[in-house]
Amino acid sequence: MTLLALDTLAKAFGGVRAVDGVSFDVKAGEVHGLIGPNGAGKTTVINLVSGLLRPDGGKIRLEGLEIQALAPHRITACGIARTFQSIRLFPDLSARDNVLVGRHLLRHPSLLARLLGLPSAAAEQREAEEAAAELLRRVGLGGRQGERGGNLSYGEQRRVEIARALASAPKLLLLDEPTAGMNPVEVEAVAELIRKVASEGHAVLLVEHNVRLVMNVCHRITVLNFGRVIAEGSPAEVGAHPDVVAAYLGHAA
Amino acid sequence: MTERLADFYGTYQSTIGYIGLNGLLALSVYTTLSCGQLALGNAGFMAIGAYAAVLLTMEAHVPFGLSLLAGTLLPALVAVPLGLPVLRLKGVFLAIATIGFGEVVRLSLVNSEAVNGAQGIVAIPQKTSVGLIFAALALAVALLGRLKGSKWGFALEAIREDEPAARTMGIPTGAYKLSMLALGAALAGLAGALEAHFTFMVAPNGFGFDRVVDMLVFAVVGGSGVVFGPVVGAAFLTLLPEVLREVAPMVGIEPGPLRMAVDGLVLLLVILFLPNGIVSLAGVIRARRSGRRPAGGTESTR
Repeated sequence: MTLLALDTLAKAFGGVRAVDGVSFDVKAGEVHGLIGPNGAGKTTVINLVSGLLRPDGGKIRLEGLEIQALAPHRITACGIARTFQSIRLFPDLSARDNVLVGRHLLRHPSLLARLLGLPSAAAEQREAEEAAAELLRRVGLGGRQGERGGNLSYGEQRRVEIARALASAPKLLLLDEPTAGMNPVEVEAVAELIRKVASEGHAVLLVEHNVRLVMNVCHRITVLNFGRVIAEGSPAEVGAHPDVVAAYLGHAA
Repeated sequence: MTERLADFYGTYQSTIGYIGLNGLLALSVYTTLSCGQLALGNAGFMAIGAYAAVLLTMEAHVPFGLSLLAGTLLPALVAVPLGLPVLRLKGVFLAIATIGFGEVVRLSLVNSEAVNGAQGIVAIPQKTSVGLIFAALALAVALLGRLKGSKWGFALEAIREDEPAARTMGIPTGAYKLSMLALGAALAGLAGALEAHFTFMVAPNGFGFDRVVDMLVFAVVGGSGVVFGPVVGAAFLTLLPEVLREVAPMVGIEPGPLRMAVDGLVLLLVILFLPNGIVSLAGVIRARRSGRRPAGGTESTR
């Protein structure tokens, strides 16, 4: 079943067509890779889907509903969450509180109860904190809940960011280069985490430079170059596609 | 003993009242700072609150409670149409736009014959007690303190630290910023309404740019990271001139210039050495000590 559908999506920055008529689908429950050389438009696609950028043309549908004109917080409410290529944790908040912020949409405490200090507000708060702690355990950071975001290691920050995105219970998780700057052991751990997230029912759109990771965890892959789709299919199909080989390695003489 | 206490109170009643009023004003700047917005229209909101309350008291003869309520709510209502466009601005541009708003309010009052122009309104019945001021301050601290650590408190911190990231977390950042602007306007308006009924008079020049700079300095010196920081800053900087008035003759400098110099020095020292304000002093000292003692107990992470 199609979850996310991009239909001739376009975005230009000045004279540069960063995304130039991109169409592809992400199916429910799948890990969908989005790869391509630097400047191919991968991050722009993520920014368009998450609403931080408005497309110049084309449509984005989530379960058939057009979302390309919605504000970012509404898109999140529709069921899309994301991480950032350059980590954007809230550095002064603890790991758990970062995840708690991600849970914003699922929390419905009463303002009056909170201001009056009623037990119902305290109970809601405890429940949300427990849920955030549980998410940190799911990403393997159960013991680091109280640590300031800024004090965590690079790999841990990435994991907290994923937990924070999962905290809104998204149907679709957008991961923008989750293994950038990681060593092979950390990369394998992230691969494991992505598989786990997908097995729990979240579809994943994965932008990655690490081709081995993409080949390992993705069910399907879309390849971009100069803002256009040049190939799409299973990892095996994409890996053998002559245009993909040419885009990454240059044309054979 | 009680006689001397009464004497002391009689002499310093005005100063004590101003500690509370300035605390409210510092909090009115803190509300927008808490979501990372440098909005400086609070002297304007204060003027609106003060004039609205005074006119209701003196012209319409409504009960004082109703005047206060109007003086609190009207600035908040004005903040909404103001905030919708100006909160799209960031950083110093927002500051400039809101300062402009404050000046528009002040100059409108100067040029309005109906409220006696630059002369202002005098002989306002004194209805504000010191107790009432501190009750209002306590209520404001309690309400703002309750927000901290709640869903809304975390949303505000998220907006302050990284607004685009906060938006992708599903936080309607525009609505939050507007709410905090309106809340700050309400607090400034309340302080204005209380002050007008405390000092017998209001005049447009009491709500100039220097007033909002004072509010900002209270918040920064005290520390804008926690609710009671601005209140501590306001108390400290309100008491400082009183102390300096005693000290000035001893060092042979006029109290006025000495005050400005010391205020500036305090601000400089706080920004350089205590970026989280005076209220962080204890924590900084503790951290230094435990840092020097290698075998010292471990700091809790919270």
